[in-house]
Amino acid sequence: MNDMTPVQTTLKDWETDQEVRWCPGCGDYAILKAVQRTLPQLNADPAKTVFVSGIGCSSRFPYYVESYGFHTIHGRAPAFVTGIKLANPELDVWMVTGDGDGMSIGGNHTMHILRRNIDVQILLFNNEIYGLTKGQYSPTSRQGTKSPSAPGGSIDRPAQPCAFALGSGARFVARGFDVSKNLPDVLKAAHAHRGAAFVEIFQNCIVYNKDVFNDFAAPKGAEDQQLWLEDGQPMLFAKGTKGLARDVENMTLKVVDVVDGDWEGAGVMVHDVKNRTLAHMLVELPFGPFPMALGVIYDDPRPAYDAVVAEEMSKARTAKAGNLGALLSKGQTWTVDGTAQDPI
Amino acid sequence: MASDKTTAPEAVVVRFAGDSGDGMQLTGGQFTLSTALAGNDLATFPDFPAEIRAPQGTLFGVSAFQINFGSTAIETAGDAPDVLVAMNPAALKVNLAALKPGGLIIADTGEFTKRNLDKAKYDANPLEGDGLAKWDVLAFDISELTLEAVKPFGLGKKEALRCKNMWTLGLALWMFDRPREPIHDWLKQKFAKAPELADANIAALDAGHAYGETAEISGPLKQVHVDPVASEPGLYRTITGAESISLGLVAGAQLAELPMFFGGYPITPASAILHHLARLKEFDVQTFQAEDEIAAICSAIGASYAGQLGVTSSSGPGIALKGEAMGLAIMTELPLVIVNSQRGGPSTGLPTKTEQSDLYQAIYGRNGDAPMPVIAARSPADAFECAIEACRIAVEYMTPVMLLTDGYIANAAEPWKVPNPADYRPFPAKFLTEKNAKNAEGEDELLPFARDEKGARPWIKPGTPGLMHRIGGIEKAQGTGHIDYSPDNHQAMTDARKSKVDGVANSIPDQDVCLGNESGKLVLVGWGSTYGPIHQAVRRARKRGLDVSHVHVRNVWPLPKNLGDLLKGFDKVLVPEMNAGQFKTVLRDQYLVDAQPLTKTSGQPFAIAEIEDAICDALGEPRPSQIGGEVDVNETQLPSPEAANP
Repeated sequence: MNDMTPVQTTLKDWETDQEVRWCPGCGDYAILKAVQRTLPQLNADPAKTVFVSGIGCSSRFPYYVESYGFHTIHGRAPAFVTGIKLANPELDVWMVTGDGDGMSIGGNHTMHILRRNIDVQILLFNNEIYGLTKGQYSPTSRQGTKSPSAPGGSIDRPAQPCAFALGSGARFVARGFDVSKNLPDVLKAAHAHRGAAFVEIFQNCIVYNKDVFNDFAAPKGAEDQQLWLEDGQPMLFAKGTKGLARDVENMTLKVVDVVDGDWEGAGVMVHDVKNRTLAHMLVELPFGPFPMALGVIYDDPRPAYDAVVAEEMSKARTAKAGNLGALLSKGQTWTVDGTAQDPI
Repeated sequence: MASDKTTAPEAVVVRFAGDSGDGMQLTGGQFTLSTALAGNDLATFPDFPAEIRAPQGTLFGVSAFQINFGSTAIETAGDAPDVLVAMNPAALKVNLAALKPGGLIIADTGEFTKRNLDKAKYDANPLEGDGLAKWDVLAFDISELTLEAVKPFGLGKKEALRCKNMWTLGLALWMFDRPREPIHDWLKQKFAKAPELADANIAALDAGHAYGETAEISGPLKQVHVDPVASEPGLYRTITGAESISLGLVAGAQLAELPMFFGGYPITPASAILHHLARLKEFDVQTFQAEDEIAAICSAIGASYAGQLGVTSSSGPGIALKGEAMGLAIMTELPLVIVNSQRGGPSTGLPTKTEQSDLYQAIYGRNGDAPMPVIAARSPADAFECAIEACRIAVEYMTPVMLLTDGYIANAAEPWKVPNPADYRPFPAKFLTEKNAKNAEGEDELLPFARDEKGARPWIKPGTPGLMHRIGGIEKAQGTGHIDYSPDNHQAMTDARKSKVDGVANSIPDQDVCLGNESGKLVLVGWGSTYGPIHQAVRRARKRGLDVSHVHVRNVWPLPKNLGDLLKGFDKVLVPEMNAGQFKTVLRDQYLVDAQPLTKTSGQPFAIAEIEDAICDALGEPRPSQIGGEVDVNETQLPSPEAANP
């Protein structure tokens, strides 16, 4: 995010005149609304906001947000974002990508934008499938996913976007899902973070991978499988009846029962967004035995690359303004006059 | 080679050859500098292996540096050396074939050991026996003489032997009557932190010089003086193509009144441009070493979108990776300069050798109808002008532009008359600040894809209040830029993109004939770094009365508007190029002329004689070798009356 002059807007101000072309019922609609609802709350200025995307269903996003938008090429959005932020660090940039775009063809760029720590909010819509190309399994598809390209079920083991992000050096990692009422809060936290903020958003592809997240994201009844993390608060879920505690023997986490709200007695850990080791454990928790860790998992800022570069550039310019004539005649020179050609 | 100081030759070709660890490129570079300071015109050809430290003494580890210098205009690094400095048996073996009959070999006997002879696959020492009878041989123990010279400085044997190249340079400076002071200064600066190394190198240099001066050698070693060239008055320096492109880009960005963003990824031989620009922050030049070639171009497009002049640079394999992103820059109509320092072959090919085989890739190498202007530099000095021109076209026409150079231009050095920045016409970039149209209701409206008289769309920086809009690679509606796949619209947009790039031809000069007449029996059409050998070959042929002209094309796409008519004025069109005949095909396609190829893909530049022979063949004339031997080297550099008055 950036320091911006607060601008008063409403949700309507962030809608374009373009017809939204996602399938009816797609999770993308809910994410779009969550973003459009959040931006006014951030006092964001549409003229200074840029949405950059790659290719895929999610990457149509910029066309529907009334700000500056750049729909680029498959997997490369992080590189465009990098150029934009280095050219103008004042812009508030959001990057929208998907599991295919960001984890497969663009995995390399995702790694490097996180490692460099460019100041941007990265929203990775994870629907565990290739939607726009009609349903092939993706790098996040679970093993055995049946698709036109894997009629007998996929064999590859899925990548875990948040684990990948942490491994790449991300300083902010969060999770949400499309229809969650908490999504705007996650987006706000991402926006407040200076540097690359990585948000994985589980998104329901109702055509090619319907309801794969229902075990924790179903509209009703799955709430008990959601662990919403909050800094400084105990890691409780299932209406406070369960929590995560240290499994010291195995150097990992374990689920414990919490009786009568006595989480301390049950040994439940308090979440610390600056604890990188804890973050690694939370993103790796196998779903089923454990709940799905959601919200801000990790948030421990470091200087953003673009800010450091901008400072260096400004120092260089202040120290001495470049004189082109002097640059051209740098090094050892000699003069030829009209008559004699004696070297000097 | 001249046998007496009084008979001054007009041009001399010297080749320094040694092991890749012997410092031959440094020796050549410093000899170049002292030659430039002595006022000679010159051209160089560094030829080194792809391996950083190839195994010592091997044939493939030989590194060479050739310089052609003289008192008249020099346009090539020269065909056959007059002098070959061979620091070991491998260097002798690899370079001997090129040496002119009667030329001089200077060899370091200290390196002609059994072991090194074996590595060079010599059964017997070539310095003994009469295998080198065609040449003059001056063989002495340079290694031992160097060790002796640097003894007072207490260096280890290995370090002491590293000074051999300076000893050799000292001898060469004596031979050609060059001042030692610039090299002394350079050594002091280079070894400022290790004065004992500076002193040792200076001692070696002086010892080599003194050896020439005082040694009682009867035989071939004579001092030669080459007169300074008659140049246009002004301030001069030497420049390589990589430097000149970097400076041209800086100048171009300043003329466009834009900060420059350079996204690059290391690749031979393009990296030198990244290195030069990385030191120029105070010129509002930001360099970014990306994670790969694709990110390099994409970041540059991102910077252009945000209002800077985006530039990226690479060589063939990297350019291939950038192809999709070029398409996006064409589709979104954003300015961008792409520098391609061409090297040899497909795939990894010949990384350190030169070729012009990326022309098809530059003009045609993208999916869809994706027209893009292409400019080719002919020499290190010309690359400066070309870089500025690439920036101008990119900014004025809102388009990516490819600037073609090659490994030869990038590494070669030549004297350069330092230009005055004030002599160039500025082309300040204009950014849209308010809505540019009215809708049916008479309200202000933004049309990001409205076009000006040149067919260019407005450049709109994010951050500009009220002008929010979306762009992308999907086909866009004319004017509004909204997504639009409709058939008529795609037809219209394809036409508009083509017509915009075709229109660049309206802003470039008519094609000139750089040597010879406007019509006649034969024209040689070249582009890029073949300029020197073509020009000299045409000059020689014209001197012998042959009707041949030289046309050298800078704007290879779109082509100058008069080029077709110009070529039709000649009975025959011959296209020498360092590829399998690419520009020949472009010319045939564009003008239905019977352009004939003269191709070379050995990784080495054309020799003048090769082109001269082809001219004779095309005109049905006997080759020079058939009518009385070679043209004297002194004849090759004489300015013809046609040059001054085409």
